[in-house]
Amino acid sequence: MQLVLFFVLALLAVAGAVGVVLSKNAVYSALALLLNFAVLAVFYIMLNAQFLGVVQVIVYAGAIVVLFLFVIMLIGGQLAPDALTAGSRRPARVVALIAGLVALAGLAYGLVSGALAPQTGQVQGSGSVQAIGRVLFTDYLLPFELASVLLLVAMIGAVVLARKPTKS
Amino acid sequence: MVPLSWYLVLAAALFSLGLYGALSRRNAIAVLMGVELILNAVNINLVAFNRFIVPAAVNGQIFALFVLAVAAAEAAVGLALIIAIYRTRNTVNLEDADLMKG
Repeated sequence: MQLVLFFVLALLAVAGAVGVVLSKNAVYSALALLLNFAVLAVFYIMLNAQFLGVVQVIVYAGAIVVLFLFVIMLIGGQLAPDALTAGSRRPARVVALIAGLVALAGLAYGLVSGALAPQTGQVQGSGSVQAIGRVLFTDYLLPFELASVLLLVAMIGAVVLARKPTKS
Repeated sequence: MVPLSWYLVLAAALFSLGLYGALSRRNAIAVLMGVELILNAVNINLVAFNRFIVPAAVNGQIFALFVLAVAAAEAAVGLALIIAIYRTRNTVNLEDADLMKG
């Protein structure tokens, strides 16, 4: 069961990566990247790293992909010429609808049959928020603080770089 | 239980695809996306090794967490640089950003 799940997810992840590399339109690249990140979050949960899976969804799929899409749309124009012209997009919509329904049906089946039921007693395992937090704030306290400084510097740098140049 | 080597093969495939994307694309945004793919492949390796070699510890996951923070910082600064280049040179094609070629 888990092997089949691994194969399907691995195929999805590789397909997303191929889409990122090969699609001409940068918007499609960003959406394929989103698929890849979401599948990787499932892998983290399969590897008993629940916290990392959730963080992957929040930071990568929620923040970084949205940042990419914002910049693509901001630069826009010649970069993504056919992204917003919804001409003959009907087949793609039908395929997306069917794929979404299949995913929903699979999730519903998993929930009803109990295969996806949370396993009590495993929550205290190595990947839980509690375990990670304990190690992060004791053994890895200095790198943690340095990471916060790094993020602050990156934030200030991004604001300074992307600011409109002052007229002098 | 999925064997460790399968995760390593998957991570290697994603790493190679990201490397190809980072090296072959002309569009600066696509190059950044390739770099993100590479960092994610490294994260899979870290978490898989943690799970299979030292399942009781969380060191690999914490390393992956730091990689994630660095990737977020890199994406923010990289995209700000792309916007700055676009403002001054009106392009995101890396072939055209050759001001320092001499």
